[in-house]
Amino acid sequence: MSGRRAARSVEAVFREDRGRLLALLAARFGDLDLAEEVVSDAMETALQRWPVDGVPDKPLAWLLTVARRKALDRIRRDRAQAARLAALRVESERAAASPAEPGFDDIPDERLRLFFTCCHPALPEEARTALMLRFLAGLTTPEVARAFLVPPATMAQRIVRAKRKIRDARIPFRVPGPDELPARLPGVLRAVYLVFTEGYAATFGDDLVRPGLADEAVRLARILHGLLPEEREVTGLLALLLLTDARRPARVDAAGDQVLLEDQDRALWDAGLIAEGRRLVVPALTGPGAGPYAVQAAIAALHDEAACFDGTDWPQIVALYDVLLRIEPSPLVALNRAVAVAMRDGPGAGLALMDDLSGAPELRRYYLFHAARADLLGRLGRTGEAAEAYRAAVALAGNEPERATFERRLAGLTGR
Amino acid sequence: MKYLLLINTRSPGEPPAGEPGVEEFMAYDKAVTDAGVKVDGNALDLGTGTTVHVRADGERVVTDGPFAETREIVGGYYLIDVPDLDAALDWAARCPGARYGTVEVRTVWEPDAS
Repeated sequence: MSGRRAARSVEAVFREDRGRLLALLAARFGDLDLAEEVVSDAMETALQRWPVDGVPDKPLAWLLTVARRKALDRIRRDRAQAARLAALRVESERAAASPAEPGFDDIPDERLRLFFTCCHPALPEEARTALMLRFLAGLTTPEVARAFLVPPATMAQRIVRAKRKIRDARIPFRVPGPDELPARLPGVLRAVYLVFTEGYAATFGDDLVRPGLADEAVRLARILHGLLPEEREVTGLLALLLLTDARRPARVDAAGDQVLLEDQDRALWDAGLIAEGRRLVVPALTGPGAGPYAVQAAIAALHDEAACFDGTDWPQIVALYDVLLRIEPSPLVALNRAVAVAMRDGPGAGLALMDDLSGAPELRRYYLFHAARADLLGRLGRTGEAAEAYRAAVALAGNEPERATFERRLAGLTGR
Repeated sequence: MKYLLLINTRSPGEPPAGEPGVEEFMAYDKAVTDAGVKVDGNALDLGTGTTVHVRADGERVVTDGPFAETREIVGGYYLIDVPDLDAALDWAARCPGARYGTVEVRTVWEPDAS
């Protein structure tokens, strides 16, 4: 076996299973720093040994065994950790680890613990997404920094600070019990969703879409769904991400300009992702107490199913927004509902609803509120007011392609 | 691992959000004690605080009350010994003070922690 191929194997295992290894070791030793160090050490050992000995049958088990031994060696060397050593009954652990290395499928998947630790409410929200990308998606700190358009040093500090809090305040590596899960799971889902939205519609910068981040969010949602297949909101979140991500190829044209939903070439949508998402929506939505992600996924599915924009099932979408408003009332949901009402009943009806919403400060600062109003005003022939609203949208938009879209629309209005 | 629960009540200037009854605190104290996690804990008098600062030049400055800008005032504390932050947060959430004010959970710095 060539060194290059071995290196690629190590990288492939590493990328896929780094999160699993970290989770296992963090859960075992209660120390994320130690887990990271020994996983890196085990990787290095693999890079030296695999080209010579060949890639082992069970690479994950091999890496885990090596990392575990290194962790035990480190703990033993570290006098400060002597107390922990006794508590861990290292000798029995060592004896258990060496004779029969467990097969891939026998190794428990402890990543759920790591999800809950990374998304612990005692950590700041911006750190939660970063920790998830770093420890569960396997991104390096510079990659995480690039994804969020933050200087690497800033991101490194953010991650170090969060890791320090996990260690010093002793945030546990555990899955919350059934009674705590309803309170804790939404935080995890929200963090995954935030990674996706940041990737799908970058809040600032020159690119409309930062595909890497959207891919990572889908990957995280898939892992989470695999770990909690019975949790309907996890299923709903994965469905929502797939059904939204399916439209990505049509959202930007060859020139890099944004293409709005109504103008997208629906032949470019990813039929495979749509089919997968639709299969997931059903169990997520069926039964009492459907959650907000399941309902949003159902809305996304209706958009994806429509052969053309005008053929969209707007009455059904309005009905789903009504449900969403009941379970998760927010001005943003009300705005989306108003847009759907405008499609169902005409621009006047939608505009009346939006005018009722204009008192909400978070909407007045939100560029898409002004863009949506501008669109309806334009369709009603109220060109002057429409232009004014587009100018507000341009002034508030954060990313360049979206700003350019509103400027084109503004030009279209005044040119008429 | 030791955690300090600082029970913040609203300072006298703030609109009252109700007062936890003595019985509520008695019941909580019994629960913390019976669970074997309480190391120490006391309610503090609210009107007698005095603040001391020693200036760079050595002058001692004594003023009445806690810092004037504080919106909340520490009305009591518990020092508990529990396995991890989740356990500490559970005890903090059960404290009657959490419903009328806030409970701040702090870890006790230990030289060997890192």
